[in-house]
Amino acid sequence: MTNLPESESFVLLRLSERRFALAAGDIAELVAPSRVFRFPHQTKEVEGVVVRRGRIVPVIDVAARLLGRRLTARRFYLIAQRRYTTGTEWIALPVTGDCELIFAEMIPASEADLPHVAGWLSHDGDVIEVLNLNALTPGPNPTPLRASPSENLQQEAFS
Amino acid sequence: MRLPAPVKPQPVRSEQIILFRVSGQLFAVSSASVQEVRSVDTLAGSAREIPQSEIRKVRHMVQRGEHNLYVVNGAVHFNLPASPAALVFVLRRTRTALLVDGIEKMTTMTRLQALPQAFCNEERNWYRGVTAIDQIVVPVVKPEGFLSPDELFALDSAIDPALTPTGESTDTSSSTPSTFSADSTLDSASSVQ
Repeated sequence: MTNLPESESFVLLRLSERRFALAAGDIAELVAPSRVFRFPHQTKEVEGVVVRRGRIVPVIDVAARLLGRRLTARRFYLIAQRRYTTGTEWIALPVTGDCELIFAEMIPASEADLPHVAGWLSHDGDVIEVLNLNALTPGPNPTPLRASPSENLQQEAFS
Repeated sequence: MRLPAPVKPQPVRSEQIILFRVSGQLFAVSSASVQEVRSVDTLAGSAREIPQSEIRKVRHMVQRGEHNLYVVNGAVHFNLPASPAALVFVLRRTRTALLVDGIEKMTTMTRLQALPQAFCNEERNWYRGVTAIDQIVVPVVKPEGFLSPDELFALDSAIDPALTPTGESTDTSSSTPSTFSADSTLDSASSVQ
């Protein structure tokens, strides 16, 4: 009997004209933009911080890396969990449109893919990158992408 | 029947801080870290220029007893636009005197959040963390983060020839009156009030 990969849930996010996906388990909430507090620092990917539920959350515009330009307008902040070797912290990702929860099967990334690509989804006729936040966002020690159960199944199915 | 002893509420740990501005940007520092607050005018007479400093943020030093205090330009340290400094914070247990625009106020912080790990560069040496004061997020500076051991070594090396032209230590404290003498010392709290 062959183990078929199960569908996983993902959140589709929009950055300008492109859509990307994140594992739904990594998302905390979608919130309206609030005041961004800025102070001097040297990490160019971090715009500033917002206060969310009593926490001070860094705002990271991933569009600069994914699209080659920063977002000029933003509609929401997607609050996501970023895993570090010492624990998990929230980060706020500016997005330009509504987000959508979908269920799909992810094709794991290959060695030829960029490090920030965790895998690929096929949805509504589009092929959508699933993002690896550990590789996409700054941190002290980039940690490898955790292997999800479906990835393990995929690897087994393909072996 | 004996009732369980009432649990005493844990006192909220709080810390007195000074909110100050450098080039218009708001920062906080623990009051306990500030030994003195002085006007830059009081430094003018005793500060000595460091002629060949490779550390751009330090242009002057003040000799105090056996130690040199290095005057750090806060705007240069934080890569902010230059601004006229009005005050100097002498930071306790460091060899740093920090030039700042002015003091906003003294207040209390009850929560210091660690700097989010997304901040992964030099700023980790600059800040103890961040706090929210009156719904504004303020970074809390690390007093020892203004000059690294390497920078202190470079500064000591730069001034050594000037201080000891013949290779011998020259005690200038007796010939040059220090603006940091005990009777002119201001407590940071009293200077703010």
